Amino acid sequence: MNAGNSRTLFEKVWADHIVMAETADTPAILYIDLHLIHEVTTPQAFTLLREKALPVRRPDLTLGTMDHSTPTTPVRSFKDLAVVGEGAANQVAKMQDNCRDFGLELFGFDSDYRGIVHVIGPELGATQPGKTIVCGDSHTSTHGAFGALAFGIGTTEVGHVLATQCLLQRKSKTLAINVSGKLQAGVTAKDVILAIIGEIGVGGGTGHIIEFRGQVISAMDMEARMTICNMSIEAGARAGMIAPDDTTIEYLKGRPRSPDRTDWDDAVRRWRALPSDADAVFDNSVDIRAGTLEPMVTFGTNPGMVVPINDPVPEANGDPGFRKALDYMRLSPGKPLTESPVDIVFVGSCTNSRLSDLRQAADIVRGRKIAPGVTMLVVPGSQQIKHEAESLGLHKVFESAGAEWRESGCSMCIGMNGDTVPSGRLSVSTSNRNFEGRQGIGARTILASPLTAAASAIEGRVADPRRYL
Amino acid sequence: MDAVRKIRSCTTVLPKSDVDTDQIIPARFLTTTSREGLGARLFNDWRFRPDGTENPEFVLNKADSKGCEVLVAGHNFGCGSSREHAPWALLDYGIRAVISTGIADIFRSNSLKNGLVPVVIDRQTHDWLMSHPGITVDIDVTNATLTVANGKAIDFPIDGFSRYCLIEGIDQLGFLKKHDEAIRQFEETRPWTP
Repeated sequence: MNAGNSRTLFEKVWADHIVMAETADTPAILYIDLHLIHEVTTPQAFTLLREKALPVRRPDLTLGTMDHSTPTTPVRSFKDLAVVGEGAANQVAKMQDNCRDFGLELFGFDSDYRGIVHVIGPELGATQPGKTIVCGDSHTSTHGAFGALAFGIGTTEVGHVLATQCLLQRKSKTLAINVSGKLQAGVTAKDVILAIIGEIGVGGGTGHIIEFRGQVISAMDMEARMTICNMSIEAGARAGMIAPDDTTIEYLKGRPRSPDRTDWDDAVRRWRALPSDADAVFDNSVDIRAGTLEPMVTFGTNPGMVVPINDPVPEANGDPGFRKALDYMRLSPGKPLTESPVDIVFVGSCTNSRLSDLRQAADIVRGRKIAPGVTMLVVPGSQQIKHEAESLGLHKVFESAGAEWRESGCSMCIGMNGDTVPSGRLSVSTSNRNFEGRQGIGARTILASPLTAAASAIEGRVADPRRYL
Repeated sequence: MDAVRKIRSCTTVLPKSDVDTDQIIPARFLTTTSREGLGARLFNDWRFRPDGTENPEFVLNKADSKGCEVLVAGHNFGCGSSREHAPWALLDYGIRAVISTGIADIFRSNSLKNGLVPVVIDRQTHDWLMSHPGITVDIDVTNATLTVANGKAIDFPIDGFSRYCLIEGIDQLGFLKKHDEAIRQFEETRPWTP
């Protein structure tokens, strides 16, 4: 809470979108600049609009794609795409119908811009500093990397935004996470965010909007910043934000939905005023020293159960839940994960499926073969990324190593489209959730960076990537 | 949504922290396009064995839990995905309130929009409830209190607007729609367009 004129980034974006201020009795009415929609969390909201005979208030601020239930199997043409399962096929068809009936733009199967909703927003330049962005998906926090206030909402709220372009919200508290120092080689944004979640816990950010700050964050490119903000929700915070700077502005230059030449200078001037004022006060703060961080891997069934890669799995702490998590993972306390044989490696998801992620994985895999018995799936975050990667020959690097190169989508992060980890198998995954059954019934998931995932595919066990650098 | 003012019920205790929405309703059941019928899949992978039969060890399958409308769960209930299918599944099954020391933000917001009452209480009371499964509790939404049999009423936090919507069974979209004119003015007067 700030007195006087000093404000945090969050407080500035919040204030710019208040249609009606909150009172003791009523929440604020917050205006939404960009509503991203996908097939899984919208059908019931469209049903509501039909029942109440309401139109979509701002089709021009609504952007749809299909990513969760969609197949990633390679096809010659999109006509050949077979959606797995009757439910998923129905959902995809409903999404197409709803977008057509309500006049909404949909990046569907035939679009070159289709992809994971949190990958295509930034890629199109639709994600911009200072915007409010929502989507029926908790990883909407990703867009906060641009200095947007972006958070996941439920389906009822999707209906609210479709009908009114607004949400009823209480203002959150602010949490500054300062990441100082310099990362060692082989330690990436994924390792930083996993370390942060390990530090503050999976509920540590509840009720807060995080602002990630400090030298390490400033030095990161936009793709790394997106990885950081993406997993804010895994620490319980609905949104994570990073102040826009030269890196942000450079990224947005010339993208299809970025402000055009006539509006560009005005937009940049506005964006430059967004960073938290020097004397702004946060409700809470946490300091993370990055210099000693190592590649991180999870060992349990939530992202806060995480250790440096060569450390032993912690001793059971008396919490019955901790013991149960280790039993589910079939891991023993006191032993490092690097002894664990790996069955599946997944490189993808809204956390780590961008070009830089694929490049990092490819650099380790190049000229090598993945270990016998390991299945490795590489799923680019969007069709644009897929094309870019192919123009760099990355697909050949993966395929020569024995990995599968797929069409874009959420894929094995959530296992809704038929891409699942078989029961009992151990997966090293660049995704964001190691919950029980997340990647498939009985699947055992270790979350890691693209570097660690690729090294693990080569060695057939959880492996420290630094020996390949 | 149906109005919810008072709940008197026995409790089912789920002794686990950080219960995520993937456990409440696994993702493979999200391909539905309706909000009905999800109760059959509530806690599916804990409630049922791989062959589809009931897992007798799971709390909801114990005879004492039948008919209980209040779930007492470990810290940080409802973390993870934003799926509103989680409160839909709980309500469809017959759970009307969740008690914990902490409830995740998006799950809490979704619950309030559907008439599922989130009750956040102190650790001491929570410890006691966790060790007394099946006890009868009274939840008074109007006064935002939880009363354990023969005990005193404990306040739980809930903002006035959400409480009003719960006890009157009000759909929040109606409130937003009433401010159409303010929204239009905001759109017209803001200095830049998105």
